[in-house]
Amino acid sequence: MSRSTVERLAPWVATLLLFAVWQLGVMAFHIESFVLPTPLEAIQQIYVNRYALTVHGMATLGTTLLGFAIAVVIGLALGILVGSFRLAYAALYPILIGFNSVPKAAVIPVLVIWFGVGTVPAVLAAFMLSFFPVVVNVATGFATIEPELLDVLRVLGATRRDMIVKIGIPRSLPYFFASLKIAITLSFVGTVIAEIIAGNNGIGNVMLIASSNFNVPLVFAALLVVGFMGVSMYAIFAFLETRFTSWSVRGQGMEYATGG
Amino acid sequence: MSYIEIDGVDLHYGCHPGAGDGAGTLALANANLSVARDEFVAIVGPSGCGKSTLLKLISGLIGPTRGGVRVGGEDVKRPLKNVGMAFQNPTLLPWRDVRANVLLPLEIVEPYRSQPRSEMPAKRQRADDLLAAVGLADFGDRMPWQLSGGMQQRAQLCRALIHEPSILLLDEPFGALDAFTREELWAVLQDLWLRRKCTVILVTHELREAVYLCDTVYVVSPRPGRIIASSKVPFERPRTLDMTFKAEFVDLVHACRHHISSGSVR
Repeated sequence: MSRSTVERLAPWVATLLLFAVWQLGVMAFHIESFVLPTPLEAIQQIYVNRYALTVHGMATLGTTLLGFAIAVVIGLALGILVGSFRLAYAALYPILIGFNSVPKAAVIPVLVIWFGVGTVPAVLAAFMLSFFPVVVNVATGFATIEPELLDVLRVLGATRRDMIVKIGIPRSLPYFFASLKIAITLSFVGTVIAEIIAGNNGIGNVMLIASSNFNVPLVFAALLVVGFMGVSMYAIFAFLETRFTSWSVRGQGMEYATGG
Repeated sequence: MSYIEIDGVDLHYGCHPGAGDGAGTLALANANLSVARDEFVAIVGPSGCGKSTLLKLISGLIGPTRGGVRVGGEDVKRPLKNVGMAFQNPTLLPWRDVRANVLLPLEIVEPYRSQPRSEMPAKRQRADDLLAAVGLADFGDRMPWQLSGGMQQRAQLCRALIHEPSILLLDEPFGALDAFTREELWAVLQDLWLRRKCTVILVTHELREAVYLCDTVYVVSPRPGRIIASSKVPFERPRTLDMTFKAEFVDLVHACRHHISSGSVR
């Protein structure tokens, strides 16, 4: 088997191995299924509840993508602002850090008071959890532009807008895509937390109802569905990343490899 | 009639103009320099003597603490708008191919900037001609990382010249290259300048490079930098590498070297 085939199979083998250890562990220690079900029981629950899990999974996915989209737009705008204006950096960074340090689960009840139970608090939770990495990464892309390059543009008479459009945005794209992969998984976390605390649909709500009925296999089934959606979205953004920022991957380590 | 004039300039870093002495670093003290239009000038001196600061003053990227900087008879108050610049680090944009890198200034400088898209083929042709002139005829479609260090510097020179600037500022452009590549690029730069003259200010450590390329070599003292000597270079152009081994050439290099050493034991 070639090296690249082994690499392509590695994640599947590792996942199967994890499930095997889980299955054998539960069987070997005779753990009751209302404490920790086996993965097979969880998968069986997925099949049994396939209709409900599809409906609620789609609801969670929609909520997550909406919150994520808002996070991307606002994160990009704030990242460009903070990255290209020193004053904006000085003024906003402490607020951003402070905001990010607040436990979002604690804010959700307040959001419920404001917006009521349902989708809006979940969208906002997904947004709040995921916009920060976007801001920080985009700002880093802007802040690490070589000062000489900015000098070259400045003495051509470039405006601030030229520098953002010609240099800043393309330069921060690899950072931006890296942050999307983190942000999308955090968005799922935000949505599911909000659905557990104050949802009336979605995977989180399924988990809440299932655990109150001691249907722990269904809780794990729901967790597997969330995990699967997270990995799928991650894969999509990883694909987009290599598609749009191939220059940053290809160039790595090659610049110094050629002499003379 | 001088085109660029630096008149009694002091420059403090790290303090505001008008603050007392002792605060910050005095990078330049009473620096005077006068460069004629289309003259090729070198500024040499020990590291940290404020050579690069002089370039920033001329281009208007920083303002003097005291004294005046004039270009074309006008006080420099903000960054100039049509200057070519090149550095030791090639600073090419890694997401653009070489041709698109060279074309960058034409997307910013007027009148090229406002020209319709129909002008694009002509601009591409111009970039390709310039690339051919520096020996990169077939490299327009390559990405910067596919080029060697010397080739990246050639591309950077093209980017600095594509918009036909009246002033070209070079900050140790060949400093990171090996000796053979460096000498090749001296000839490339000389050819480019002979094809289309502009006022060039070259900051360098390398005295042979300065004497090979320039009309006048200025020697800067250690910090705080002052111009302590200047030598006219009388040799005919185009100059060749063979000339750099002739007695007159070597003598001139030694004279400059002597100014630098005597400046530093002062």
